[in-house]
Amino acid sequence: MTLDQAPATDARGPFALSLQGAAKTFGPVIALADGTVQLAAGEIHALVGENGAGKSTLVKILAGLYHPDAGEFLVDGEAVAFRSVADSKAAGISVIYQEPTLFPDLTVAENIFIGRQPKGRAGLISRTAMRRQARELFATLGVPIDPDRVAEGLSIADQQIIEIAKAISLDARVLIMDEPTAALSGIEVERLFAVARSLRDRGAAILFISHRFDEVFALCDRITVMRDGRYIATHETSGATVEQIVREMVGRDIATLFPKEDADIGDVVLSVVGLGRAGVFSDIDFDVRSGEIVALSGLVGAGRTEVARAVFGIDAYDRGTVTLLGSRLKPRDPQAAINAGIGFVPEDRRKQGLVMDLTVARNTALTLRNSLARFGIISGAREREASEKWSNLLQVKAGYQDLPVSTLSGGNQQKVVLAKWLATEPKLLIVDEPTRGIDVGTKSAVHKLLSDLAGRGIAILMISSELPEVLGMADRVLVMHEGRITARLDRADATPEAVMHAATASMEGAL
Amino acid sequence: MSETVTAPPPTGTISALAPKKRSRAARLLLGRDAIMIYALLVFVLYACISIPRFASPVTVGFLLLDVIPVLLIAMPMTLVIITGEIDLSVASIAGLTSALMGVLWQAGLDMPLVLAISVAAGVVAGAFNGFLIAVVGLPSLAVTIGTLALFRGLALVVIGDNAVANFPPDLTAFFTSKIGGTGIPTVMIGVLIVMVFFGVLLHFTPFGRGLYALGYSKEAARFVGIKVARSKFWLYVATGSVSALAGVYWTLRYSSARSDNASGLELAVIAAVLLGGVSIFGGKGSIPGVIAGVLLIGTINYALRLGRVSDVVLIIVTGTLLILSVVTPSIFASVRRWQHDRQVRNSLPQVTTSGSTRAEHPAH
Amino acid sequence: MTTTVQPTGSGTPTPAASEKRNIIGSVMHLRELPVILALVALVLVTWAINPLFLSPQGVKDMLLNATIVMILAVGQAIVIITRNVDLSVGSILGLVAFGTGTLFVSFPGIPIVAVFILGMVFGALLGAVNGLLVTLAKVPALVITLGTLYIYRGLNNAWAGGTQYFADDRPEAFGNLSVDTVLGFPLITLMAVFVVVIVAIFMAGARSGRDLYAIGSDPDAARVFGIPVTKRVLLAFVANGVLAGLAGVLYTSRFNSVGATTGTGLELDVVAAAVVGGVAIFGGSGSVVGAAFGALLLTTITGALTAVRVDKFWQQAIVGVLILASIVIDRIASVRTARRLRVSEARDV
Repeated sequence: MTLDQAPATDARGPFALSLQGAAKTFGPVIALADGTVQLAAGEIHALVGENGAGKSTLVKILAGLYHPDAGEFLVDGEAVAFRSVADSKAAGISVIYQEPTLFPDLTVAENIFIGRQPKGRAGLISRTAMRRQARELFATLGVPIDPDRVAEGLSIADQQIIEIAKAISLDARVLIMDEPTAALSGIEVERLFAVARSLRDRGAAILFISHRFDEVFALCDRITVMRDGRYIATHETSGATVEQIVREMVGRDIATLFPKEDADIGDVVLSVVGLGRAGVFSDIDFDVRSGEIVALSGLVGAGRTEVARAVFGIDAYDRGTVTLLGSRLKPRDPQAAINAGIGFVPEDRRKQGLVMDLTVARNTALTLRNSLARFGIISGAREREASEKWSNLLQVKAGYQDLPVSTLSGGNQQKVVLAKWLATEPKLLIVDEPTRGIDVGTKSAVHKLLSDLAGRGIAILMISSELPEVLGMADRVLVMHEGRITARLDRADATPEAVMHAATASMEGAL
Repeated sequence: MSETVTAPPPTGTISALAPKKRSRAARLLLGRDAIMIYALLVFVLYACISIPRFASPVTVGFLLLDVIPVLLIAMPMTLVIITGEIDLSVASIAGLTSALMGVLWQAGLDMPLVLAISVAAGVVAGAFNGFLIAVVGLPSLAVTIGTLALFRGLALVVIGDNAVANFPPDLTAFFTSKIGGTGIPTVMIGVLIVMVFFGVLLHFTPFGRGLYALGYSKEAARFVGIKVARSKFWLYVATGSVSALAGVYWTLRYSSARSDNASGLELAVIAAVLLGGVSIFGGKGSIPGVIAGVLLIGTINYALRLGRVSDVVLIIVTGTLLILSVVTPSIFASVRRWQHDRQVRNSLPQVTTSGSTRAEHPAH
Repeated sequence: MTTTVQPTGSGTPTPAASEKRNIIGSVMHLRELPVILALVALVLVTWAINPLFLSPQGVKDMLLNATIVMILAVGQAIVIITRNVDLSVGSILGLVAFGTGTLFVSFPGIPIVAVFILGMVFGALLGAVNGLLVTLAKVPALVITLGTLYIYRGLNNAWAGGTQYFADDRPEAFGNLSVDTVLGFPLITLMAVFVVVIVAIFMAGARSGRDLYAIGSDPDAARVFGIPVTKRVLLAFVANGVLAGLAGVLYTSRFNSVGATTGTGLELDVVAAAVVGGVAIFGGSGSVVGAAFGALLLTTITGALTAVRVDKFWQQAIVGVLILASIVIDRIASVRTARRLRVSEARDV
């Protein structure tokens, strides 16, 4: 069953939560155009969509963090307008995030009851009562966690369970789980699902956001698909197929989206052999050749970024070697990597890619600071000259040179990051989520640029969570799952299903 | 969990509005540093006109002699604070140096050897801070509170409650001598060298470029190959060394080596650096601004003293200036944010993009 | 959802065995443990070398010396736990102490209780100024209180000028507070202990006290959870002001003279006491009891050095070593916690 125009009620009666036509804009950027999702009591409802489809904006509206510009928001059939997280909580909505925020110094019990600890004698907090109630909650969930230990050092899975315990103690009727399984192991996912099912059976409405189709189909009763900030459709899980959902999520023909032009594939530039780091990734082997774009795909938390950071020398590794153009790279030394000819466009522009308070020129020239210096002295003029050369290439406007990068749009900021690495004339460029959070126009400009760079013989290692980007740009796709490479696909073999299958590989055994 | 959600700076999220354009010259003339320098000039002008006896070489001499210790230590301190760290132990290092000088001189060592050992002690003290902060990775605030007590304590151990005053008269006379009739103390030449050294280091070298990046974001700095621990270590060695020089100056200028020399100076230095426009959060600030800040506090204090304003009120001025210098920008920032928000609300959203904004608010 | 859990005061007893294990376990993990052990070791060693150290007079001196720093350290701990700091406490103490002297001279016969109340109100006002500046201007407390350190000291200077008030300016009963003892404990020390107990109960047992820990643990999260951060931080500064005010009044009782420079430089001793007592400098953990023990340890060192005839000039150096040692111990503990993390986090240096 497909509900193109989702009605306010259906056979399930008034919805526990109903959001229709919600919109949210930030300046000129529309984060959500038509956010629609309707949860019935006693169902687990999946929300799926690519990165940037507007899911997280929708969740933030439900959580009371954002106030929608338009749309109808009903809880138990009554219109609500949340001004804060507290309002949302009071209405019985609890959100479990992928990485919950607990107070690391407080005990588990206190994290559950902060601000509403049970009181005993003389109006003071009764630790005995608090501990007992926490135990009871964990007993209900069937998960033993010591209520007296501090939250610091708990696994993410346990932290989520604590958030769920908190939600139950708050008498929450709507539970929103925002990609809860991204950082969990197979057994932990099973435990979470068992908890979710038992909550559903007791009448809770659960919104489950995930990229893993196997989980969605195994757990959820209905599926709502979003794309480009809009509601697309809602399906009964029993009547839907993975192919159908993927088609609706992507909504266009992947092959023609971002075509990488053919380039002459040359010699091996980067060679990674047997790279491993305990508990993070292991047995990583791959090559990247000049003119080639190799995508490192997989789910968030699969270890893609960690591998790239180890290659570049930001993080240490325990085993294996990294070789660039035939010579071994010194571990844990980014400067050596830069000197050898590697550039790294990191995933977090604001914290890793740029120094937001510095000007465009300073940022661009930061990678060149040693080579620009004459007798140890850098002149601002030479810096600007170098910066202008590379920013012009990327069409960053000349007038921007002296502006702090914080005043530029996301797309222009990303161009500055690219410019500062191109300025080093790298042999290998690592790009981590190169088009995250930038507008469509700049996005295709970035893709064209990456294609051109490959054409000029640069080897590119790309990490991306966007399937169309991976499939459109990569000559080869390496799929990672739980710290290992689970598939190596050539362009011809790389279909959405094949990548998704490899990315969630061991899940099928677990469920 | 070590993962804490830090609030992003207020700018940038909603940034697609056309950035305000100003010419380079305008920005230079309207920047934070320039304002500090104007404030200094305006005050000097005002003092010259309205305070009798202010406009004279004598003023220049005494004023500079008084501010030299703060001026010296403020130079490396600026770099330390720009990287987002702090060093509270500077005055104790100066005190330790002074005590060592006294004891070694008393013991009959040659003056050059006395100076060398004393300054070396400062270098070692700085390296000790640097080791604990940069290599072991302990918080600088806590470490330097500890070494503040430790180094001052060692000064006491070295010299007890004695005072050594019999330094060679020609040496102490040199330290208060002036260049010709200008009233400028001869030692200002040395101070100038230190100022130029740190000014060039911060503003015109790859190392200095790296410090700003480091102060804004350790991650961003590491991605461009900056060696975070090593840079910080050397900065603490620098504060230690310069503090030792200040200790030497203090001892010879007042011709007195005591364990409590320069005590409390750390707060005066930090106040001057922050007044000079260095952000306590790191990533922002400049040497010219700091020099103007130090001189402004020094001049105001001197002028008030000349103007018969009670000595004791002077520190109120220091405190008020410090608070104003940090509170004012934050008031301006909130006004600007409010204006910006209104502007955004008034501007109609253009329908251009898909919904790929990751509005980076603290998510949970 | 059906499993509503109603807070009820009493209820089913938990298994005794697990309680016992919990108690032993939590004692082992007490952040106050190192400072208490160090204090016990210091006292025992000193006593072994010089038995006079634990004579009634020796104990009395030890406690008298600790009292004022102890009260200040408790107040400072409240502020540090919220991830702030108050460097102006020495100046607040100075102002209140001089104010106390002035009160006794200007209003002879004023009830001592009134003096205490006025002193604490005065301290509260000065603390509130700090708190308001920190919370409203959103500037780090380190900078603001460095500024007020100067301003309060300047006001003290301006007010006092060259004036000093001496012990004979005050009623005898007031001075006797720091002379008379109950069961060997000086009266003002008993007051300090009372303060420690009250504040400790508040910090551990009141919801708003726990909020302070949450704020220090993660200020942004605390805001999102709906904890009134501004109000609570202000409360912490005011409480610290009240305690600094109390310390100021007691200072006037304990010491012979108060004037323009009373309490200068105390702030770093106080912060040091809190840090040595296991209060994490970046907030969120530690306790006021630990801070009080930290103060006791630091002030006892001086007496202990005299008792064992070590040069008293070593005292401050030892304080420095103790501060560094407690930071290192803290770091070792957190490294051990980090090692237990299932997902190894490689981002920090």
